[in-house]
Amino acid sequence: MDLNAGPEYIDFRENVLSFLEKNKHMAGKARTPVRPSSEELKWQKKLIDNGYAARTIPKKYGGYGAQSDVLKSRIIAEEFSKANIPMGMANQGISMLVPTLLELGSDDQKNEWISKTISGEVIWCQGYSEPGSGSDLASLQTKAIVDGDDFIINGQKIWTSGAQIADMMFCLVRTEPEAAKHKGISYILIDMKTPGIEVRPLMTMTGHAEFNEVFFTDVRVPKNQIVGKRGEGWYVANATLTHERGMLGDPNQSATRLNEIIDLMHQETINGEKLINNPIHLDRLMKLQARVLSMSFNSLRLLTASHKKLDAKMAKLIVKLNGCQLNHDLAGFAIDLLGELGTIYGKSNHDHGSGKWQWKYMFDLGLIIGGGTAQIQKNIISEIGLGMPREPKPMVNGKK
Amino acid sequence: MEFALSEEQEILMDSVKKMLDENISIDNLREHSKGDDSLRKSLRKLIIDMGLPGLMIPEEYGGSGLGVLEASLVAEQLGSYAAPSPWIGSSIMAPTAILFDKENNLAEKWLPLIASGEITACVSLSEVIGKRSDLGLVLDGTNVSGVSIFGIDGELNPTIIITAVDDNLILVETDNNGVEINEIPTIDSTRPVVEIIFDSSKCQIITGGKDAIQKTIDVGRIGLAADLLGASQNMINKAVEYSLERKQFERVIGSFQAVKHMCAEMAADLEPCRSLMWYAAYSQDFIKDEASLLACHAKAHLSEIGQDIARTSTQVFGGMGFTDLLGMHYWFKRVGLSRQILGGPERVRKEAALIQGFEL
Repeated sequence: MDLNAGPEYIDFRENVLSFLEKNKHMAGKARTPVRPSSEELKWQKKLIDNGYAARTIPKKYGGYGAQSDVLKSRIIAEEFSKANIPMGMANQGISMLVPTLLELGSDDQKNEWISKTISGEVIWCQGYSEPGSGSDLASLQTKAIVDGDDFIINGQKIWTSGAQIADMMFCLVRTEPEAAKHKGISYILIDMKTPGIEVRPLMTMTGHAEFNEVFFTDVRVPKNQIVGKRGEGWYVANATLTHERGMLGDPNQSATRLNEIIDLMHQETINGEKLINNPIHLDRLMKLQARVLSMSFNSLRLLTASHKKLDAKMAKLIVKLNGCQLNHDLAGFAIDLLGELGTIYGKSNHDHGSGKWQWKYMFDLGLIIGGGTAQIQKNIISEIGLGMPREPKPMVNGKK
Repeated sequence: MEFALSEEQEILMDSVKKMLDENISIDNLREHSKGDDSLRKSLRKLIIDMGLPGLMIPEEYGGSGLGVLEASLVAEQLGSYAAPSPWIGSSIMAPTAILFDKENNLAEKWLPLIASGEITACVSLSEVIGKRSDLGLVLDGTNVSGVSIFGIDGELNPTIIITAVDDNLILVETDNNGVEINEIPTIDSTRPVVEIIFDSSKCQIITGGKDAIQKTIDVGRIGLAADLLGASQNMINKAVEYSLERKQFERVIGSFQAVKHMCAEMAADLEPCRSLMWYAAYSQDFIKDEASLLACHAKAHLSEIGQDIARTSTQVFGGMGFTDLLGMHYWFKRVGLSRQILGGPERVRKEAALIQGFEL
């Protein structure tokens, strides 16, 4: 254990700070699912040019081309977060497709898509889940049949965030119906303007449509839009699922949320008593603070493991389960602190900011379910982390 | 920046683990709990042979000069094996307290004896942690009288007692000084606690006032948190192991999701505690501003998680967990004691809030 930063990192932090000081006027607001404005595209370019976005993407694909250094990445994230300035674009194209193409894409695919994706010119959505294939994703049924130089795709995807604005989708489809379920899937890049694609907003419990359903009717996609070989899509997709789980349950978000709650407790007074002076609220705050600290330190541990190229095992497997539950619990605490006012969800003279917390409380429940449900996470923790056996498969027609 | 144990720290932990693994079994823990002293004595000798008692004592006083993090790694292993051995009082809290002394040459006199294992020191702070109206200590000049309870590491005829009166730590020699020590029968037979009755016993005031008391409590809480971490991890490991052997409905019970998810939840709760523990122990020596707060959080949080794991893991064993045959109850009870001594979780969280300036 040595928590002192080396001189190289102290200098690096100075550079980040001076960049932010000089350029913060250019930064936009936090991302929402709309197409980036021209100012936002300019900001993204500025960040890439200075190595604060697309940092480790090779120069020939439009990135900054730095060596991977998780400590520097963390310093960037910390200082941007402290200054309350949004990082570069974070969307599924950048966080999931680009790493996949770098690892498994053809040279043509890398040249065609990486540069446009990291610059924000091309926006992607992810087509994995289907109404009948959630936790059992590999059972997916959207079909692609070969016809000349094209695939013809029919089926339906669900939970597709950003589909209404996306130019492209990276999608899992069944190309080999005779093969075992994990071996019959291919990973295909689809232009969202292709005839036969219909996007319908999916209204959730929050009252907003954060997701969509996407319907495919005889959609023609050139065969060379496949990433990896036919039938290897499951393995291609798993390369990116790891990236997604790293994004969910981010401890910086929990720490920020805890600080907002402490501010709230200083501001709000009920029955003449400031919430921060109420011993029962304080006890709950301290319990949550211990969990937030534990997850922050856990992320430092993961950072060191990643820096030394070691497998962090259990410390990594628990992040999605714990992080999403913690964020949900923090939002629930904020609502309880506001009491009756905590239920206000809409414009009202009596609003003390509960809408944001109610939205988070509901949306975070969605995150506990999405990206691998809590139950699936527990299967992974017990099987990979603790070495417990998989649930035996039931016999069907005398076969397993 | 490196958030991981060093190679030396790993080696220290492994060597303690190996020694305990070779010498502690459910059978000799059971004999120990019936009053047989042989495990306690043989363990003490092994710990002295490894040079452990002076781990945190500076080299100039015959110790190894290591830090609270290293001491917590030993505590974690002792908890993992439910080892009946002095540690948190004699090797963590007492040296920390004595090093505050600037007037009486207490370090020169006592630390070499603790380091060599010739003596043990008992630390009893009920006076400042959870004072009871019917108990307490009174100082008359340099003589102390009264009763202090829940002294830690008082089972091997300690040569000195460290306790607190009127915002000061005091050191009391036990030989011919009106000191009576009696074990208090608690749930936990693996780690005795004692009551100490002082009858006009001569004492020396350790300088450092409230800061010295606070620091001594902080490092004691770190030790208990580490003991809880080790005990909890062991209970998870044993539960998983058992679930892979025990068959019902022609399957090992560890293949049922109901059981798997209990184990996954325990692991998910405990794993981040390890990072909290490392940071909290490291902060005692290297991030002093955060040391007291982190000691509170480590102690309170591990008390809560430890209690959940103690009950859940016992349930994984089914009826056998409830019997004496497998002996898992030794850890269940050790967790129960660690939770309460040096402050139960609510009391400790209240301190954590006060440290941050939140007014109650």
